Amino acid sequence: MKKVIYRHSTSRKLLFSVAFLFSFTLIGFAQEGASQDTTAAAGADTEAAAGQDSGSTGLGDPAAGKELFNSLCAACHKPYSESIGPALHGVTDRRDMEWLQSWIKNSAAMIASGDQEAVQVYEEYNQTAMPAFPQLSNEDIDNILAYVEQPKPEPKAAASGAAGGDASQSGGGGISVNVILGILVFVLVVLLIVLFLVNKTLRNFADASGIVIPEKPKRKPIWKSFVENQFLLLVSSIIVLLAVGYFAYGWMMQVGVDQGYQPIQPIHYSHRIHAGDNQIECKYCHSSARTSKHSGIPSLNVCMNCHKAISEVAPETATEEYSKEFYDKEIAKLYDAVGWDPATRTYSGEEKPVKWVRIHNLPDLAYFNHSQHVSVAGIQCQECHGPIEEMEIVYQNAPLTMGWCINCHRETNIRIEGNEYYEKIHEELSKKYGVEELTVAQMGGIECGKCHY
Amino acid sequence: MSSNKKYWKSVEELKNDSSVVETLQQKEFAEEIPVEDFLGDKSSLESSKTSRRDFLKYVGFSTAAASLAACEGPVTKSIPYVVQPERIVPGIANFYASTIADGFDFASVLVKTREGRPIKIENNDLSKFKGGVNARVHASVLSLYDTKRVKRPMIEGRNVSWEEFDSEVGAALENANGEIVLLTQTFASPSTSKLIQEFSSKYGNVRHVVYDTVSEDAALNAFQSKYGRRALPNYDFSKAKTVVGVGADFLADWQGGGYDSAYAKTRIPENGQMSRHIQFESNMTLTGANADKRVPLKPSQLKAVMAALRGYVMGGSSTSELPSNIDDAVVKAANQLRKAGSGAVVACGIPDDESQTWALEINEALGSQVMDTSNARVIRQGNSAEVAQLVEDMNNGSVGALLIAGLNPVHTLPNAAEFVEGLKQVETVVDFTTRADETSKLSKYVAATPHYLESWGDIQFSERSFSLMQPTIRPLFDTRQFQDTLLKWSDNNKSYYEYIKETWSAGLGDRNWSEVLHDGVFEASSPVAESGSASASNSVSLNMDEIEGEGYELTLYTNTALGDGQQANNPWLQEMPDPLTRASWDNYLTVSKADAEELGLVNEHVADGALNGSYVNISVGDSILQNVPVYIMPGQAKGSVGLALGYGRKEGIQEEMQTGVNAYPLYKNFSSVQKVKIEKAAGMHEFACVQLHNTLMGRGDIIKETTLEIFNTKDAHVWNSTPEVSLNHIETPVTSPEVDIWESFDRTTGPHFNLSIDLNACTGCGACVIACHSENNVPVVGKEEVRKSRDMHWMRIDRYFSSEDTFTSDLEKKENIGGLGSSLSEFGELEQPADNPQVVFQPVMCQHCNHAPCETVCPVAATSHGRQGQNQMIYNRCVGTRYCANNCPYKVRRFNWFEYAKNDEFDYHMNNDLGRMVLNPDVTVRARGVMEKCSMCIQKTQKTILDAKREGRTIKDGEFQTACSAACDKGAMVFGDVNNEDSKILEKKNDDRMYHLLEYLGTKPNVMYQTKVRNTTEA
Repeated sequence: MKKVIYRHSTSRKLLFSVAFLFSFTLIGFAQEGASQDTTAAAGADTEAAAGQDSGSTGLGDPAAGKELFNSLCAACHKPYSESIGPALHGVTDRRDMEWLQSWIKNSAAMIASGDQEAVQVYEEYNQTAMPAFPQLSNEDIDNILAYVEQPKPEPKAAASGAAGGDASQSGGGGISVNVILGILVFVLVVLLIVLFLVNKTLRNFADASGIVIPEKPKRKPIWKSFVENQFLLLVSSIIVLLAVGYFAYGWMMQVGVDQGYQPIQPIHYSHRIHAGDNQIECKYCHSSARTSKHSGIPSLNVCMNCHKAISEVAPETATEEYSKEFYDKEIAKLYDAVGWDPATRTYSGEEKPVKWVRIHNLPDLAYFNHSQHVSVAGIQCQECHGPIEEMEIVYQNAPLTMGWCINCHRETNIRIEGNEYYEKIHEELSKKYGVEELTVAQMGGIECGKCHY
Repeated sequence: MSSNKKYWKSVEELKNDSSVVETLQQKEFAEEIPVEDFLGDKSSLESSKTSRRDFLKYVGFSTAAASLAACEGPVTKSIPYVVQPERIVPGIANFYASTIADGFDFASVLVKTREGRPIKIENNDLSKFKGGVNARVHASVLSLYDTKRVKRPMIEGRNVSWEEFDSEVGAALENANGEIVLLTQTFASPSTSKLIQEFSSKYGNVRHVVYDTVSEDAALNAFQSKYGRRALPNYDFSKAKTVVGVGADFLADWQGGGYDSAYAKTRIPENGQMSRHIQFESNMTLTGANADKRVPLKPSQLKAVMAALRGYVMGGSSTSELPSNIDDAVVKAANQLRKAGSGAVVACGIPDDESQTWALEINEALGSQVMDTSNARVIRQGNSAEVAQLVEDMNNGSVGALLIAGLNPVHTLPNAAEFVEGLKQVETVVDFTTRADETSKLSKYVAATPHYLESWGDIQFSERSFSLMQPTIRPLFDTRQFQDTLLKWSDNNKSYYEYIKETWSAGLGDRNWSEVLHDGVFEASSPVAESGSASASNSVSLNMDEIEGEGYELTLYTNTALGDGQQANNPWLQEMPDPLTRASWDNYLTVSKADAEELGLVNEHVADGALNGSYVNISVGDSILQNVPVYIMPGQAKGSVGLALGYGRKEGIQEEMQTGVNAYPLYKNFSSVQKVKIEKAAGMHEFACVQLHNTLMGRGDIIKETTLEIFNTKDAHVWNSTPEVSLNHIETPVTSPEVDIWESFDRTTGPHFNLSIDLNACTGCGACVIACHSENNVPVVGKEEVRKSRDMHWMRIDRYFSSEDTFTSDLEKKENIGGLGSSLSEFGELEQPADNPQVVFQPVMCQHCNHAPCETVCPVAATSHGRQGQNQMIYNRCVGTRYCANNCPYKVRRFNWFEYAKNDEFDYHMNNDLGRMVLNPDVTVRARGVMEKCSMCIQKTQKTILDAKREGRTIKDGEFQTACSAACDKGAMVFGDVNNEDSKILEKKNDDRMYHLLEYLGTKPNVMYQTKVRNTTEA
């Protein structure tokens, strides 16, 4: 259940110091690798664009059609599967162009006029009327149809190939480190062997030429003299004790600090996809962060605002680690929990609450209010939660210790502009401290009772 | 004096040459203790497998292992709503207006809910009808989470579904062999009245009997005979200039209660004026304690006082048989009433039709504006004659079905035994109840009803004041409202909610339903015609012959904590100290000191300081109450005794809460005054009393007090002088900075909180204490712990008696003490309260000293000062040295001796999942070993500030509130920011009456008090 990616450990520290030693050597390689990365990515882009061009059917411009489709049609239609409305791929074969154009511009009129095909479609889809789109020109409609008539792309082939290429490119840096290390070790071993052999050969020469190597007088072993030297013993034991104390303290201070805590959640919800790729504003889902002390785990009905229409991820969303099937299965988990049947597009009423694993656990003795920070101070969520938009699985970014809170309160200035509450207070306090900007601490933000009651 | 008596400890000593006795004279034990065997013998020690070292190793290893294992944090689950209700945002409280109407307490309230759970009751300021939101109403939210509630319908103790219940009872009602009788509490609900009429018309032979557990029959009868309606006059005490109370505890539960807030408004001297209050009474009541002049009299004399008062005021006969000094007091009272004219009022609490009629007549004759008979109260509708008739009919066998709603007659009827006999004759008994009480145990059908916070309702307080009850949580159990059940049985498919809406479809005037529901209260006239059951009850009269003569006169009363006893299973109320006796977890017979001496009854303090009292047996006719503890009450009229109703319930109540004795068997003929015989019984009772020193000992710096005359004529420093200290041999006020050794915070910026407590307006009602409990998660510790003075109350209401007749003469006496001999004897005398003492109430919580003595002694800086004036207590930093409590001059700090939450030893609401739902999520539940105290509701002030910041506005006066100041509807507690120039609190701070507690210590508290002023002006 629990995975920790940041734990301080001796091995980590050792590795770190070794890495530090070699980092100088690596800088050159890393830079090279980075530039290769960017060129590779650019290449992939152009390739993808070319692919789309080649799929063109001659109806219109599929690229322009895609844009229109996503903004107007995607809420109810999917190209290759049924949604609220029918799947659109192949529609040009089923109906003639003129019929389609007039249907899209004003379907209600066609139904009213008693067009048989129109009435049939209307009945088939639960008498859900399709909105009229009089703003679309015939050209626009051609573009949209061109887009939906593109053959269904072979999943993964292109995407994974590109991703694989990327991985090998970027992975180059890591492999080269190992190689260099290996070479260094090898050289060292060879040197040692050479030294040993030289020594042996020299002795053999000496033996052969009858030179007697004078015996060294037997000296007192170093450990014995060390033990006898009381001063040295005292000093070194003090140093050892201090060192032990230092590390023991450091170890104990991380007890209960769960920085890096990254539990596996019952539904694999990817912030990378939602907040990163799709740029959904954090507070769209975590809406109570604006007004309440809790940021609030969104209830599943919020998810369904979008996922009513999105029952599967786009092929390009899949990564090397997580396939499209994997993500689609996670969406199915959501449907199961909220009691949504995607086939009939109805709620069954059977709700199964999701038991998320809580990541950020403040103890009960500390009072924290999101709205104070989010709405009043205008702090970005990322300041405490880290690069959420890059996290595939969320982890605790900040240590959430009191020292961490206090530091920020000491450094951060209060956002006074346009807040009538602060006007008088700011005027008086800035006179008192003789500064224009006031930190949270100067306003009493590090008084114990402000957070502990 | 030498004595030849020989004491012996055992039979053995009687033998002359017993070896045992001889040995025992030399040694402690008759035989050698084999200490050597298990300590001295080296070989046996060595043969043991576990050596001392090994033992220490094991201890060390297991401790280390345990602490290592504990390093891994537990996995916490977070479960959000699947579909979040639109109105609920986690972390934000919602408020709903609702109404409590349990047959005893009627009030319009505001319910605070968090994540859908009600957690606190507050005043509804929109309500014009001030039905007191008293301590019981504040505590009622905890009764919602009572584990002893009835959880589902039952037939003969078997759990059934509502369908089965309906079909069985429906059939039983159809085939009822005789009358169907509805025995209910006072609902005071137009819709319920209409519904009962419809139910009656369906079944034909239905009778509706209304039964008030604590009867107001006499007052209802008097009103009915005079005005033709069965109701109670409404009083607006805020218009009163002179109030004369005769046996009426009108600051508590008299005639439905809730009069205290209006009364308190006239008690704050304004422009040199305040009301004058004279009280004639037997028990020492809250009302008597607040009176300017109190005359203790036996109940039988009170009627004579009423008669004389009527004579003097109305100019009729003025020959009374009262002793001359009392007669004199009555004459003076009558003169003052006449002088006050329309601002005068007489309140009468004697259970006697005639006296009640006289009171109405006097008020009419005076032209009293205080009494309002046009908008009469309808929150007491009981008819004891009909109840008595019902018991008779039940025994005759003429009742076929009995439906009991909201009552527990088996416990509360004086003739309960007859009622129980009668129940056996009734074929179908249905008990609509929330509690598995005595009555439900004897009922075949038990219909589980919801708490008022889970119910709908429309409540009529008075003829024009209405209020709506709305659910604030989905029913916790499988319960159904009485009204919904009745609708079902009347073949009506509507829910009661729809039924209420329909009742009011035309009655709301220009307001719509949602608006009224939002406000909770509205003015209208009842859309439902009165049912015919307005027949007069049997006249109630105090039979003087029966009452006079040998024996004592008992006055039964309802006390502040439990009232009529419905909420006896509520630990907050059980632990709430009575304002006057300061005892909790008990009821007791209050006896005057003179009578106690006569009967040989004692109250004594035992070694740990706790209070013990004698037991007595009380008998009225053939009813005997065994082993009633005695509390010697200063101010109790000689020859009279008092006993609280509402205690002693045994069914459907947790064992810890089965306290006190049941006084209802003595409530003969529903008369609160009874002639009793008292005899001493063996043994001593252990009280849990939180204040053991009863008098002020002339310490004028704790309570400052003056009279209206001095207040109006003299300078403030005469009656409210600032203490002075010597600086370079010059007397300097202790408040001046030169004598201060402390560095002060600069508090001129941002809010600086102060709390003002007006001793004139505080009636001692205790609503603030319970409000504080529910806001701040104050634990309940139980009777044993309270007895050890380990109560956890963050605020207490100190009650002081005077030793002389007044506090002023106490002070004089103290000032005049000279010499050692005199001081020894006179200080001793000062400890004894007078027979009719003056009383004063003083709420004390943490004083939030700017120069706090507690802060300097804390070795870990767990208590520190904030710039906003609050003395902050940091629980997680506290290591429990208790230095702060020792150094606090006000003794307001409380130590958690035990873990009070999730601990079977303290099996109160914090020990079960249901009860914990009442906890305020914004306040920490304190752990064992830490100190705690009043935080000046920092969670509330912080929230107010945050709301203002978020909305980008300044804070208006009155927005800052603490739980206690919000609960005080008397205006005795005012809270606010003294840096706000137009604030009420600044006005209070600059008031001449303002003083600080123990000001000479120089602690500079942020809590201030307003000098008590008494109106001693005789007409």
